[in-house]
Amino acid sequence: MISYGKHRLPGKLFVVEGTDGSGKSTQLALLHQWLKAEGHPVFFSEWNSSPLVKETTRRAKKRRLFTPTTFSLLHATDFADRTERDIIPPLKAGAIVLADRYIYTAFARDVARGCDRAWVRDLYRFAVRPTVAFFFRAPLDVAIDRVVSGRPALKHYEAGLDMDWSDDAEESFKIFQGRILEEYDRMVSEFGLTVIDATRSIVHQQREMRRIVMRHLEGEEAAA
Amino acid sequence: MSEPKFYGTPPPGVAREGYSGKLIVIEGTDGVGRSTHTAMLRSWLEARGHAVIDTGMTRSVLAGRGLKEAKTGTTLGRLTMQLFYATDFADRLENEMLPALRAGFVVLTDRYIYSAIARAAVRGVDPRWIRSVYGVALVPDLILYLRVQRAEELVSRVLASGRKFDYWESGMDLNLGADFYDSFVEYQTRLLVEFDRMAGEYGFRVVDASRPIRRVAADLRRAVARVIEADEAADKTEGASVAASTITDG
Repeated sequence: MISYGKHRLPGKLFVVEGTDGSGKSTQLALLHQWLKAEGHPVFFSEWNSSPLVKETTRRAKKRRLFTPTTFSLLHATDFADRTERDIIPPLKAGAIVLADRYIYTAFARDVARGCDRAWVRDLYRFAVRPTVAFFFRAPLDVAIDRVVSGRPALKHYEAGLDMDWSDDAEESFKIFQGRILEEYDRMVSEFGLTVIDATRSIVHQQREMRRIVMRHLEGEEAAA
Repeated sequence: MSEPKFYGTPPPGVAREGYSGKLIVIEGTDGVGRSTHTAMLRSWLEARGHAVIDTGMTRSVLAGRGLKEAKTGTTLGRLTMQLFYATDFADRLENEMLPALRAGFVVLTDRYIYSAIARAAVRGVDPRWIRSVYGVALVPDLILYLRVQRAEELVSRVLASGRKFDYWESGMDLNLGADFYDSFVEYQTRLLVEFDRMAGEYGFRVVDASRPIRRVAADLRRAVARVIEADEAADKTEGASVAASTITDG
């Protein structure tokens, strides 16, 4: 098993992170379009998408079977499948892999749910360290407003209702997102996350993102 | 009452109060007779008035079905498999075993984390990593390890049971042999080495499973009785001192 930071793979891995409503998926989609138009081989991988695990997750959410520990372990299972199947092989082949949410999502959410910080980090030790991990940082009220106004109802686990912080979904969601944001902030220096100010215009954020990505791709082309 | 002890960091939200039940693990390689002995121990314990639940791998409400389905294909990756099993384990620990222990049940579990650790080790997974994942596991009151010397002994048991060689029990994902038979023997041999390595680390009570069922069962009962009767004796002493103090008070 190769540990975090020890993989030597020719491809590039760019990931986006941030709280719900931070606009990270929009930014990643724009980056994806651009990289494809530039003629790069690009693969996309999304949080919670392993075909082996999907049905179990869906059922467990519906029937509310999760504890913080099993929530954490099943998401790690999903991520392991994607790492073994969708992330490492294209990186070995020298392709670009884009990931919407990565291990830092698990670190933020699971610790917000009370899991031990060191335990969760160790759980994901097999993960490939990204070339760049973008953290789209939006102030709590902005992010919450985007989610709450854009959706019919908050889901049980999304709102953190399993934690009994509050019976009110919106209130519980606020507490949960606050804790998550705290964890993200703590990880900026721990994992060297690249912070993007998510209150800036979409165009501005995308320009910044492309500049950073380009630097990593050019380095490669110059060497070749 | 035992104070719950965990191998590493306990799962969050798990009450730290003691429990009066007993967690008894039956471990061993495939075909060694674990399920037969688990069933026999269960009826013996029930006959003696103990409430028993038994559990085993892939039986969790949360992940059991998904894990079984994943195993029908051959696309289950090495790490994915370990973590799927860990999810199944944690669900049974938190939702079956711990509540039953608190309610005073004897929990008999057919395999525990040691099989998972052995399988991971044979597949080249970092041993420290898999131990850290299973740090959420409760330390059992007794670990009975049914041991055979050679993997060939297991073959005859698989044949006698009328089952076919199973893809995963034969370690076919590891490309160890030309066919299921060769692979089974090689895979199980490697597992036996890992179990022997763990015997000291985890304090297995090693039971020689090459002997007739009757004699193995007698050994298992003796070991279980010791764990359970230690508590019953304590109960009686407690009862006696309560009676004594009542008399003094009067």
